[in-house]
Amino acid sequence: MRVGRGARAAFLTLVAAATSCAPPDGAPSHRAGAGASLASVAAPTPAPARFGFGAAADPGRIARWDRDVGPDGVGLPPGQGTVAQGAVVYLARCAACHGVTGTEGPYDVLVGGEPWGEGDPPRRRTIGNYWPYATTLFDYITRAMPQNDPGSLTADETYAVIAWLLARNGLVPDDTVLDAVALTAVRMPARDRFVPDDRRGGPEVR
Amino acid sequence: MVERRHEARPLKRRDWIATTSGMVAAGLVKTRFDAVDVLARDTQAVDAAAQGRGGVVSVLGRRSPEVALRRLAGPALPSSNSRTPIHLLDGTITPADLHFERHHGGVPTVAAEDYELLVHGMVERPTVFRLSALKRYPAVSRIAFLECSGNGGAGYNPDAPGTLTPQVIDGLLSTSEWVGVPLATLLHEVGVRPGASWLLAEGSDAARLARSIPLEKALDDALLAYGQNGEPLRPEQGYPVRLFLPGWEGNSNVKWIRRIEVSDRPTMTREETSKYTDPLNDGTARQFSFTMDAKSVLTFPAYPYVLPERGWWEVKGLAWSGRGRIVRVDVSTDGGRSWTRARLQEPALDKCTVRFRHLWKWDGREAVLMTRAVDETGYVQPTYRQLVEARGARTAYHQNNIRPWRVGSDGSVTFAADVMA
Repeated sequence: MRVGRGARAAFLTLVAAATSCAPPDGAPSHRAGAGASLASVAAPTPAPARFGFGAAADPGRIARWDRDVGPDGVGLPPGQGTVAQGAVVYLARCAACHGVTGTEGPYDVLVGGEPWGEGDPPRRRTIGNYWPYATTLFDYITRAMPQNDPGSLTADETYAVIAWLLARNGLVPDDTVLDAVALTAVRMPARDRFVPDDRRGGPEVR
Repeated sequence: MVERRHEARPLKRRDWIATTSGMVAAGLVKTRFDAVDVLARDTQAVDAAAQGRGGVVSVLGRRSPEVALRRLAGPALPSSNSRTPIHLLDGTITPADLHFERHHGGVPTVAAEDYELLVHGMVERPTVFRLSALKRYPAVSRIAFLECSGNGGAGYNPDAPGTLTPQVIDGLLSTSEWVGVPLATLLHEVGVRPGASWLLAEGSDAARLARSIPLEKALDDALLAYGQNGEPLRPEQGYPVRLFLPGWEGNSNVKWIRRIEVSDRPTMTREETSKYTDPLNDGTARQFSFTMDAKSVLTFPAYPYVLPERGWWEVKGLAWSGRGRIVRVDVSTDGGRSWTRARLQEPALDKCTVRFRHLWKWDGREAVLMTRAVDETGYVQPTYRQLVEARGARTAYHQNNIRPWRVGSDGSVTFAADVMA
């Protein structure tokens, strides 16, 4: 069955009215202002030099959140720890996920791993064969570990457990006392392996 | 597995009464038959509802009970991800509740009222922005993809089983309209000091995930996003505010962002040293490999779909590039021996997925389907062999190689990892 264009339009108008799609009586018509010259319409309003919607952050507030540690040691807190102290911390707080010796997992393997062969990267990435900066250990443990209570280790406990991890990877002697200066001085085996991204688009596959 | 077509059928008197009562006052339609015809062609939804008692309005819509769209969730520990069902979606926009997840310390609960973003470091005016303040700044929106750099890892393996779905292989990919304030606006507001070149972006998740971001990107097109597909961010996507870096690997788009520290060097966090880096076969490891190279994935037909009969089918998929627009997608149905240009659904946006489609007449014999994207820089999506030659096989990230799918003579479609090698 065919229906006339007029009847169809009438019905659709009716449905629109019933569902409040049409402007209510008395609402401004879209034709208001149509007579104004386009030349009189201003360009979009430019932004001011500053809006100033934020609030000044005081130094105490910044210090509370600014806890990251950089590769130059900036951000490392006072404190120290020994390899022996670290063994105790590790067994109590880390071993459940990383294994008693740091090699078993079930989660990230932290100790050992084969050395980086000529043109043959290690299959298992560990602290010893892959992490380029020892300072990253402090930054990461402070922010994220242990997983069931992140940030709960004291600075001394953190230095100690890092000392144990570095010693087990053969990177520091067993009698090491680790503090901010000693940690920053540790040279990691993979330090010079890392290069900036050289992919640039274009036809070459990199 | 064949889709059931909605069959048009004549309206019965019962339908007419149900659909018009309460909506159309008697006498306003010239004849009953006029109205029936209009309804049949213009209000199919009403038609369908009218077969029973009909539905009522609701304050929150739901999918049809027939539509079972679900993310595919991986193990909760030690890290977590869930994947978008890309093989069950069409178009490019991902419904927000199906946007993929990848968390490094769970999904925190952050109340909008308590939310604060601290911007400090090498700036003139260290500042705390509340959510209401962020939303007062001039906003922008853009439609863009987001992809985990580990996406495709399951397929970067010649021994991968054929029973992988596009969701398993490439479901760490989603596309949304993101709304927020340009990071450049805020950096201008706080006044970046001369000599600054990097910033550290930190989340408020349990891992306080942190990534160093070049200032150049921050000033280019970085967004502090609070809106996604018309609504506030979902908690899994960083509610109330996340960093959004168009075209860059997912983990650098820090969710639940709470702190930005401007500095003159990267912080060398765990994620950007021991994790999201790419050891290459020349003895180096590529670092800060942020950009997602051009890629395409086939979404139909693919496992577990079985083609029920020979004849015309539309091969469909998504293509995207972190370096700009997709300009071409090629499709092969003979394992890469010959290629045909697919149709691209306009608009093909910058750093956004584009839908491609290719008409294919299946003759019932075994076939291998492949898709190949080309972006505006002239980059051509590589084969697996090309990637291994360039990088070696010791990185699971940035696996944008061509994915082959084998159509069996029985209509089954399986991931053909053996063809890659």
